Amino acid sequence: MGFLEMIDTYWLYFLVGQYPDGPLGGLALTLLLATLGLLLALPLGLVLGLARICPWRWLRWPVTGFVFVVRGTPLLMVVFWAYFFLPSVTGHKTGQFSTMLIALVIFDAAYLAEIVRAGLQALPRGQMEAARALGLSYLGALRSVLLPQGLRHMLPSLVNQFAATIKETSLGYIIGLAEISFIATQVNTLVFTLPTQIYLLLGATYFVLCFGLTRLAYRLERRLAQRLHTP
Amino acid sequence: MIAFEQVSKWFGAYQALVDIHETVAAGERLVVCGPSGSGKSTLIRTINRLEGIDAGRIRVAGRDIHSPGTDLNALRAGIGFVFQQFNLFPHLTALQNCTLAPRQLGRASKAEAGERALALLDRVGLAHKADALPSELSGGQQQRVAIARALAMQPSLLLFDEPTSALDPEMVGEVLAVMRDLARDGLTMVCVTHEMGFAREVADRVWFMDAGRVLERASPGDFFQRPQHPRAQQFLAEIRRA
Repeated sequence: MGFLEMIDTYWLYFLVGQYPDGPLGGLALTLLLATLGLLLALPLGLVLGLARICPWRWLRWPVTGFVFVVRGTPLLMVVFWAYFFLPSVTGHKTGQFSTMLIALVIFDAAYLAEIVRAGLQALPRGQMEAARALGLSYLGALRSVLLPQGLRHMLPSLVNQFAATIKETSLGYIIGLAEISFIATQVNTLVFTLPTQIYLLLGATYFVLCFGLTRLAYRLERRLAQRLHTP
Repeated sequence: MIAFEQVSKWFGAYQALVDIHETVAAGERLVVCGPSGSGKSTLIRTINRLEGIDAGRIRVAGRDIHSPGTDLNALRAGIGFVFQQFNLFPHLTALQNCTLAPRQLGRASKAEAGERALALLDRVGLAHKADALPSELSGGQQQRVAIARALAMQPSLLLFDEPTSALDPEMVGEVLAVMRDLARDGLTMVCVTHEMGFAREVADRVWFMDAGRVLERASPGDFFQRPQHPRAQQFLAEIRRA
């Protein structure tokens, strides 16, 4: 079987897996997983990042511990925990998609928390002081003064983490989630004469996704910079 | 207006404020001067609790600023603070810098806050820069916006922490002119500054601080003509020589 024939036979399988006759898979599942992962990890990371630097010890210490543990652990371990440990706590089996999503959100939130913390701590101390001196509460100062400035500085690091999230979805392969890496491996076993082409195609797919995201972010960054520098 | 009662503060083993026991009357224009490291900036920052204190009590308009039960945000809203480094919010325009607190604290509608902010910017001579970002303003202009921002909450007490020390010499005058103008308003003003001309012209009283103590309190006339404390005499001799 040639490359084009392989594409002709399996392109739909690459894109959506067994859908609509079976569960959704392939590129669509990868995109869904990455998007949901980002959407859930970002607010969680923001909250954890704020907790890491908040004045309240009872909140700061446990969150700092959590971030240290997760950052010192490979994602694969977090996936295993979610896969084997979660059902023993909740009492019922978690689906592969939910398992991978939970693992991604926990893992990325810890990294995002550090980006948020660094972005806020890099701002001059006088910004918080000026906001508080006007009578704003700590949270009010964060919301109106520090976060709007900090998020702008954080943007490149956030995008970097988002691109990492897209690539991390490939670990779903380990627990049999039919995302695009899993599908590619399956096709490779069916058509065992084209491993180079199949895995190059897989690599190119991830590259296009991540590259597209970074370009998008770059344009957003420039727009923000323009808005800040032209009256 | 302000009462310091046996106030002390330590930075580690170093005592930055030593048993300060002073009062500032309502409507008084007080200039605090002294060599760097004398504790004058620390002192002014304790008045709205940007710095904590380790002993004693500070009361502003009768209320204990450093007591845990005090509604600090409400108290601070009535105390304007002008920083050496301006500390304008760089992501907001001059006007938005002045409307942020009144809007966030629910003190004014958007239209009211905008109107009042524009009037304040006009007062500091910068109504035409209302839509400029801080990065588009000179240092002197930034500090004037910062003064307008401090006035936006209609405070009864204004604190200035070396407001002209970070400015290029040619911009000092415009900021001092705004401060002189404010001094005619009957606001209580406490001003940490090295501008002795301003002190002589505007202040009702001068405190001289050194090593965390208020060593001398006098009218500007007495302070500049007849300083009593040897450290004050030495300090004045040094700035006259410069």
